[in-house]
Amino acid sequence: MEITLADFLTIDLPAMLVGTLAGIPCALLGTFLVLRRQALIGDALSHVVLPGIVAGFMISGSIATLPMMAGALAASVIAVLLIEAIRRLGRLETGAAMGVVFTVMFAAGVVMLEQGVGTRVDLDAQHALYGAVELTYWRGPTDWASLLDPAIWAALPHSITVLAAVALLTVALVLLFYKELKITTFDPALATSLGIRASWVNAGLILMVAVAAFEAVGSILVIAMFICPAATARMLTDRLSRQLVLSVVFAILSGILGYVFAAFVPLWIGAANSLTAAGMIAAVGGVFQLLAMLFAPRYGVVARALSRRGEIPA
Amino acid sequence: MLRAVEPLEQAIAARAGTAAPLAVRDLTVAYHRKPVLWNVDFTAPAGGRIAIVGPNGAGKSTFIKAVLGLVPRVGGEVLVFGKPVESQRRAIGYVPQRESVDWDFPTSAVDVVAMGLYGRLGWCRPVRRRHLEEARAQLDRVGMADFADRQIGQLSGGQQQRVFLARALAQDAQLYLMDEPFAGVDAATERAIIDVLRELERAGRTVICVHHDLQTVPEYFDHVLLLNLRRIAAGPVKEAFTEANLQRAYGGRLAPPELVAAVRG
Repeated sequence: MEITLADFLTIDLPAMLVGTLAGIPCALLGTFLVLRRQALIGDALSHVVLPGIVAGFMISGSIATLPMMAGALAASVIAVLLIEAIRRLGRLETGAAMGVVFTVMFAAGVVMLEQGVGTRVDLDAQHALYGAVELTYWRGPTDWASLLDPAIWAALPHSITVLAAVALLTVALVLLFYKELKITTFDPALATSLGIRASWVNAGLILMVAVAAFEAVGSILVIAMFICPAATARMLTDRLSRQLVLSVVFAILSGILGYVFAAFVPLWIGAANSLTAAGMIAAVGGVFQLLAMLFAPRYGVVARALSRRGEIPA
Repeated sequence: MLRAVEPLEQAIAARAGTAAPLAVRDLTVAYHRKPVLWNVDFTAPAGGRIAIVGPNGAGKSTFIKAVLGLVPRVGGEVLVFGKPVESQRRAIGYVPQRESVDWDFPTSAVDVVAMGLYGRLGWCRPVRRRHLEEARAQLDRVGMADFADRQIGQLSGGQQQRVFLARALAQDAQLYLMDEPFAGVDAATERAIIDVLRELERAGRTVICVHHDLQTVPEYFDHVLLLNLRRIAAGPVKEAFTEANLQRAYGGRLAPPELVAAVRG
């Protein structure tokens, strides 16, 4: 089957934009979560926001971003309070308290989704779990030259505009608070003793994680993008700034390659159906991590085996 | 000492608790309702080198953390140079225990030392080249100039401790709080720490160290605070670091020869 340029620009390009733009804030915030040994917070929040999103949708009756985002943030705050309450009253450790809260809230979200809004378009369990990367269409561009036309850009899907805004906001915040994020991650006690309140920076980080988790359309993509690019980048550098840049590079590569493997490769090899883009993006992220673990210059399995052999004289 | 103070003046200031680098009154701290420090009073003399000594679990680290506001105080008051500690952050330098951070963190020695400047820089101001140069100069003071660009996980324990020390020096504080800086370090690091303590004393800075090695207390320090949940004794080493006080602090857990050796230095 031949893919025309118009099809590519209308169907594939916006899907790739969704995949990559959703990954960028996840990769940046995930770098700090992984270093703080809180990698699963991204996973937890991506589940926890679901009832909030559904509630926002049910109350406003529309799929506009703002009410759903407000619902997602409210759900995150409730989750944090619940985790703290269960930890104290139930005398559970944090991991167990988080496990209880995020599964229960996610289950509540699924029930609300099936009962309340299941029949309507664009918000269903499918969307929540697997994401709707390939459901974004850009009606307008037919060839590369048409991308120069401002009117075409006005027709850019709303979700892409929002994703780009969240990505830009995250980049700006990480640049602005780089020093504060670094010191509160490395040595929160010193940060607090210097007057940089570690608890404020933590709260800000978690808030942004909730926003990114909400925006990144679908739990599978979120879980993969919060952890894989950050962990892959960590294998390749010993500098936080480079790790952040590399994590973004891997998020973008995962977004593009994942979509290619989902949409084009099955057709090229003669399969009847394409694959789910979110799933393939996550899988590509995992493959990058695997390759880095094996072949990273200093920390890879191969490099370490070689250096060990070098140390022991034959 | 750079800032010589008349003894009488010092005594008046200490009683008033105003000018003292650190004045702690009636400090009580509890973890999960279990008290770990009870009604501790302590006034640090200006320019002093003070050892906090006591058995394991006596609340030595907790004392430092409570002073810094890192653990909540149940009761009591902490004044630094006569003002609440919260308003005096720039006057205080802190050296946490080496085990308190993740040394696999992707950062270099010079970057860690530069963190000592973050308080002075303020929110959102980036670290610039001159800050990194300043950090390198501090690393040089502790004999670590050659390791500035090394990832911190590739340093030895003693070298990591010196990085923390250089970071505290970068803070250019009047009052230093150090949590077991001598714990498990090599000879070169021990010498470097002693040199820094002497240098700080000459500059009139006050240093308070949690210290575990009783033998070296009289050699390294001039004042001592003996803790065991409560204040057992405090004062100049000659007066407070006595056999009777150590016996009280350690509750007879100290074998007599060890005790005699410690008191004699």
